[in-house]
Amino acid sequence: MTAAEIFTHRLTIITGHYGTGKTELAVNLALALAGEGARVALADLDNVNPYFRSRERRALLAEAGIRLIATSQACTDADIPSVPAELLAVLEDRTLRGVLDIGGDPVGARVLARFQPQIVREDYQLLCVLNANRPEVRTAESAAVCLRSIEATTGLTCSALVNNTHLCGETTPEDVRRGAALTEAVSRGTGIPILCHTAETRLLPALSDLKEPVFPISIRMKKPWE
Amino acid sequence: MAKELWKGNEAIAEAAIRAGCDCFFGYPITPQSEVPEYMSVHLPKAGGVFVQSESEVAAINMVYGAAGAGMRAMTSSSSPGISLKQEGITYLAAAELPCVIVNVMRGGPGLGTIQPGQGDYFQATRGGGNGDYRTVVLAPSDVQETADFVQEAFDIADQYRNPVVVLADGLIGQMMEPIEWRPVPKRQLPPKTWAANGKKGRDHTNVINSLFLNPEECDDLNQRLAAKYAEIEKNEIRWDTAFCDDAEVLITAYGTPARIALTALDVLREQGIRAGLFRPVTLWPFPERALRETASKPHVKVILDVEMSSTGQMLDDVRLAVEGRKPIRYLGHAGGIMPTAEEMIEAAKTALKEAQ
Repeated sequence: MTAAEIFTHRLTIITGHYGTGKTELAVNLALALAGEGARVALADLDNVNPYFRSRERRALLAEAGIRLIATSQACTDADIPSVPAELLAVLEDRTLRGVLDIGGDPVGARVLARFQPQIVREDYQLLCVLNANRPEVRTAESAAVCLRSIEATTGLTCSALVNNTHLCGETTPEDVRRGAALTEAVSRGTGIPILCHTAETRLLPALSDLKEPVFPISIRMKKPWE
Repeated sequence: MAKELWKGNEAIAEAAIRAGCDCFFGYPITPQSEVPEYMSVHLPKAGGVFVQSESEVAAINMVYGAAGAGMRAMTSSSSPGISLKQEGITYLAAAELPCVIVNVMRGGPGLGTIQPGQGDYFQATRGGGNGDYRTVVLAPSDVQETADFVQEAFDIADQYRNPVVVLADGLIGQMMEPIEWRPVPKRQLPPKTWAANGKKGRDHTNVINSLFLNPEECDDLNQRLAAKYAEIEKNEIRWDTAFCDDAEVLITAYGTPARIALTALDVLREQGIRAGLFRPVTLWPFPERALRETASKPHVKVILDVEMSSTGQMLDDVRLAVEGRKPIRYLGHAGGIMPTAEEMIEAAKTALKEAQ
């Protein structure tokens, strides 16, 4: 399946607990959509994390023709949780596919609240990313609490779940399957459908039997020794 | 136990809770703010006390009070915040109080940058406060070691009644890595009969103090501390090596640069250049003899020290250890820039060429 067939809405808003892999998904999704010919803007709205943000992949995104919307470097390194005014462009320009990379937890998702009135007028999908290897959201109960808190903070309803279970370079197909079971349980408990799983390209052959589509990931948010 | 994905700063906080930390006092500062954030949620659930103090100075003095009462106490901060704590740390050392201090270093000097740095080496290993004192300094280079060392740090602190510093850089605090919660070595610790926690039928009053107006008394304290530091130097030195057996160019690095050096080593070895890594794990006590022995091997032609520091700080300890036996070159960045594997490869080649 193409990225556009899995992620069918104009705006994809990526939320979830800290460290579930939202930025990696956001960068990969933006690149995939651009590769399929869409005009894409990636909004880095993570004002919680000081490192490993999608804006660090500025050159890669520019090369793919993706418009990066992020706070100025000055604000970033001054540790000021500001929101770029340019974000309105992606909300208002209906010819753009928007990928919104949101900071972790309700704290990170708070940035969305002020844009709630604009967002609900658009064709959007708010995703909650799950990772069964993250200790604070590894049970269906704790993951659902995180999800509901994000909804309460943003005033938006979660449309679908993404199983993004990984263990950095040590991920095995079993990790993804454990994540699939968790996602299934969260889906049963909340009534929110599963959109897809994600996995590094090398793992795809071992996961072809999963019910939902598997969105391929190439690691872009590398550590300095990788 | 199966591996889990942990962010460095969260692992620091969870490790402390698992080690039986009773009290945490801290103040937010990037890039370590997840430590107090995690503590604020999880330490009270574990029966401990979390206080966000009004300043770093207040936090370290709360540590003094809690440690003096026999509690397992901890604070954490990042570089400029650690500077503010120095007075408290020398008081803790003088009063012989055990505690754990985590510094998730950022680029300096001054307020510097929120990106990673290693410019606090001197401050941590030489004692940033006044007087003759030392703190044990553990320098992890990945999230697993960070989790292990924070747990061990409480035991080391209790064994010697001395502050222990865990010195990480911002990248280690901020990155996510798979780790497992494996058992760390536990030590036989004496009961804290010295704690000022109520007289409880004792025939004397315990006093926690760092003021000794009588010079003989102050000299006695200093002699006792010196003997203790000698004991720590005897027992606690740690280091790690990679490919040192035949290395012609020996890289010395700790923390994140040591991690990057491993990538550089792979490339250098592929190119037929025999490169090795000597990684001090305790920065004080410094693995002076081990480095001297390694550097003295006839196959070692040159040493390349790499740090996230503009002038080089550990470089001084490397020089003291090597004692002029081999040429030493330096590669460093500060201000939040990390040395790259490519730069290390280039610098190692140049150093080797110059030495031959």
